[in-house]
Amino acid sequence: MIRIPCPFCGIRDHSEFSYGGDGSIAYPALDAPMKDWHDAVFLRDNLCGVQTETWQHLQGCRMWLRVERDTMTHEIHSVTPAHPGMAAVLEGDQ
Amino acid sequence: MSACRLATGGRIDRSKPVRFTWDGQELQGFQGDTLASALMANGQSVLGRSFKYHRPRGVMSAGVEESGAIVTLGSGNRAEPNAKATLQELYPGLEAYGQNAWPNVRYDLGAVSGLFSRFFAAGFYYKTFMGLPPFEWGSGTGIWMKYEKLIRKAAGMGTASRAADPDAYDHAHAFCDILVIGAGPAGLMAALTAAKAGKDVLLVEQDFELGGDLLNCTDDTSEARRQSLIQSAQKAGIRIMDRTTAFGLYDHGTAGLLEKVNDHQGPPAPYQPRQRIWTVRAQATILATGAIERSIAFGGNDRPGVMSVNAGRAYLNRYGILPGQRIVIATNNDSAYPAARDLSKAGAEVTLVDARATSAPSLPDGLRHDKGYAPLRTFGWKNLSGVQLAEHSETGWHAARTLDCDLLLVSGGWSPVVNLSSNRGAAPGWNSENACFLPTPATELLFSAGAACGIWQNAACEASGVAAAQSALGEPAHPPKPGGWENPIQPVYEVRLPAQKSKSFVDFQHDVTSSDLRLAHQEGFVSVEHMKRYTTLGMATDQGKMGNVIGLALMAEALGKTIPDVGTTRFRPPYTPVAIGAFAGRQVGAHFKALRRTPLHNWNLKRGAIMTDAGLWHRPWYFPKAGETIETAYIREAGRVRETLGVCDVSSLGKIAVQGPDSGEFLNRVYVNGFGKLPVGKARYGLMLRDDGMVMDDGTTWRLGKDEYLMTTTTTNAGKVMVWLEELLQTRWPNLRVHLTSVSDQWAAVSVAGPKARQAIADCLIDAAVISAEHLPFMGVTKAVLKGDISAWIARISFSGELAFEVFVEAGYGEAMMDLIDVAVKAADGCLYGLEALGTLRIEKGHVTGAELDGRVTLNDAGLGKMASSKKAFIGDALRKRPELTRENRPQLVGIFPKNRSQNFNAGALLIIPGDEAGFGEGWVTAVTHSPALGHWIGLGYISGGHRLWADKPVMATDPLRKNDIAVEIVSPHMFDPTGERMHD
Repeated sequence: MIRIPCPFCGIRDHSEFSYGGDGSIAYPALDAPMKDWHDAVFLRDNLCGVQTETWQHLQGCRMWLRVERDTMTHEIHSVTPAHPGMAAVLEGDQ
Repeated sequence: MSACRLATGGRIDRSKPVRFTWDGQELQGFQGDTLASALMANGQSVLGRSFKYHRPRGVMSAGVEESGAIVTLGSGNRAEPNAKATLQELYPGLEAYGQNAWPNVRYDLGAVSGLFSRFFAAGFYYKTFMGLPPFEWGSGTGIWMKYEKLIRKAAGMGTASRAADPDAYDHAHAFCDILVIGAGPAGLMAALTAAKAGKDVLLVEQDFELGGDLLNCTDDTSEARRQSLIQSAQKAGIRIMDRTTAFGLYDHGTAGLLEKVNDHQGPPAPYQPRQRIWTVRAQATILATGAIERSIAFGGNDRPGVMSVNAGRAYLNRYGILPGQRIVIATNNDSAYPAARDLSKAGAEVTLVDARATSAPSLPDGLRHDKGYAPLRTFGWKNLSGVQLAEHSETGWHAARTLDCDLLLVSGGWSPVVNLSSNRGAAPGWNSENACFLPTPATELLFSAGAACGIWQNAACEASGVAAAQSALGEPAHPPKPGGWENPIQPVYEVRLPAQKSKSFVDFQHDVTSSDLRLAHQEGFVSVEHMKRYTTLGMATDQGKMGNVIGLALMAEALGKTIPDVGTTRFRPPYTPVAIGAFAGRQVGAHFKALRRTPLHNWNLKRGAIMTDAGLWHRPWYFPKAGETIETAYIREAGRVRETLGVCDVSSLGKIAVQGPDSGEFLNRVYVNGFGKLPVGKARYGLMLRDDGMVMDDGTTWRLGKDEYLMTTTTTNAGKVMVWLEELLQTRWPNLRVHLTSVSDQWAAVSVAGPKARQAIADCLIDAAVISAEHLPFMGVTKAVLKGDISAWIARISFSGELAFEVFVEAGYGEAMMDLIDVAVKAADGCLYGLEALGTLRIEKGHVTGAELDGRVTLNDAGLGKMASSKKAFIGDALRKRPELTRENRPQLVGIFPKNRSQNFNAGALLIIPGDEAGFGEGWVTAVTHSPALGHWIGLGYISGGHRLWADKPVMATDPLRKNDIAVEIVSPHMFDPTGERMHD
């Protein structure tokens, strides 16, 4: 059982969360060329080590989170709100 | 073996006799007995039959490693097979039975299989399936399908009950700073040290008494120490859970525990669980799980009357049983010596045989001491009568004299319980000084203490517990070194003469012998993981607790390698078996999954609805009248909707409140069609795609106010759509000022459809003018007030293709609304209808649902390509234009009629050109119904190129599984009222 420290709710079991996907992808504009969308949607690295992922705290605050997780050890290096405004506000609180 | 209960001694309470039955025979033991000790005290020596050869087996141990006394507990629906008699506490009325034997374990006809044992060697299963040996008779004929059943019947363990388990199981959760597993001297001291440092400590013990090895000691100081440790632990506020096994360790300090709540006192009361699974989250974990004494492979080492030395000591000192009168103790290490002294003092005639010729400790007078010998083979059948010794020289083992005995205690060394640290990926490392695997340091806050890290003396175990707790607290620690014997152990794994025939067991539970291991090596299984699977060594319910190290040693010898070079397999949870029922917990029967009820659920049931599953929801399927089947009911209901009026609960639709100044822009990006210019008071049907351009969901969205919309989704996709919209707003478009609220449960919703719908709704309203055709045109939305002052939203939306309205009221007013509508329905000679009729109506119209929008379908495939706006970009717009998705002859939505209108065809059938049955066909059928409007069966489906291409061509709907091949006609999917006049009326 992975435990994820939600910035809003505290540390919680991963069963409360739902995995999103690769958190390092910057999705192109809606009217961007097909090639850009193809790369953003289909091309993924298969990392051995720390990768950035999105998770949603589905059974909690429902916030989307950006999680840095080690795929070898499940070690979680950081969890921040995926919403940049939220992340900035939390950063400012500290 | 001639065990007998002593008049004094042990931890049992002789003032509390306990009656129980064994194979139907009533016997008596005492409070504090295990089933194994009570059976021994009653002179029962054969308690089980082995897996393959049906050899008689008796008690071999006093703990979790038991591989002989495997029995069935309870009967009927409470029968639990393959239970270890050594772990089951005795309670009044306990029933236990021998298993894998006929007529019983004492006289088992299955034992003849031992005569054919050469056919049952390692891998026999795979080999015999090639044909019957010796000539592979029947090879290739499938005959093995028949004798597989016979083999399975003959070989095996106990039989599980076919009846449902009557007991309840709970799941519980716990948190702690430090979890200590095992309450022996090391565990107790570790827990105490941590608790004194102010930590919240949870101490878990699988036994029903705390103390570990201290329970097997007789001296007063040991017992006093045990008592004082326990009292200190209680005083320090340590939470202690006994009868609880930590069966696995998982990521981030999570542990799985199985608490046996009621197994020690019989079937639980109805309000009590039988067992409870705990999920514990600990900051740090200390493993004080002890060590297990292992056997040695020699001829007949499985005979009843052969057990571990520690078991002999436990039965004497803990259970007050003298396990034999003439006892031979065979050892290769110092740990057997206290047992020899205790057993001799209790009156047994003891001979201690030590494999070490020179460096053995001394023994008190009166005990016979044979140095430099090891057991070679045993004599007897159901009872042990003697043991022949072997002497070791440079050239190997040589047969020596035979000793008469009724009990042979064997110690081949100790194996620390490294299972749990191995769960976490810390590979055990071989320690040659102590001839055992030791846990290696973990990369997380996981520490081992006591015998679990190879420390053999109780005082050193306490020091090791302190050190482990200090490490867990992040303090400097100085743990004692592994070991603690005065004289070094001499590794002995197998004793045999070169031509020896008798069976030497390595894994008792699976009848794996040392010759099986050599055979596996000879047949090329050189990896330890392969050897395990080929021979099944260590794969029985004991998970190789006694035999694994011997197996590895024999494998190393065969390969000419050392044990660390061979390595060991990784242990996986569970450490001891866990009932499936415990994992299921309360999620059984009606609670297998959550049930969602619409606000109209009970109202529907009262009106005779037969319900069906729709995701987690129960929805009305049909409302039968007396004598109606589902078919006659839905055809009547669908027909009535087109003739007069029908009413259907649509409350399970997903409903999302979309609010905020950028809501219009948000919807415009999410839906393929334009929402920016949707006026207040209007609804629009919208389709959304996934990023990859496939259709994700559809539904109507209503503009309730300037910055306020109500989005509806399909029932099954409600959760998915909500998550998707949240993701978009939070991760991609954080600047959009939009707020989402799921309001699915807040509204009761009903669809009122049919030519008489307007009149029916008007009858329910205080002011009927709000739904006049002028005020509420097709796709209009309005506020309204129902009689009884019930506020409502009414939208003129049609899924059925008739004049139809959806009426939404607050959930709590749902039944009141239905009571009003019900009167109007009766007046209009209408009816209630369910999902089946809803399906008929939408198939007639060619409206798509989940069966058509299955995630592999584009807008064009579903015939909805014209809905996509070309004036704006939206999610999925770029990738829906991929060449494969815009190819001309992709399967497209079509209607399907049977050529012969009286025939029926099947949903799921393939659409093929007649005679061309190979491959995937030209398309498939998604839904079929009987259309009352058209008077025959109709269907929807997909076919390459769409209906115009196939207009006059012969097509078959073929269903080879259900043997139904029907000639069909491909038509437009809009099979009824294609221009939509009825709903615009």
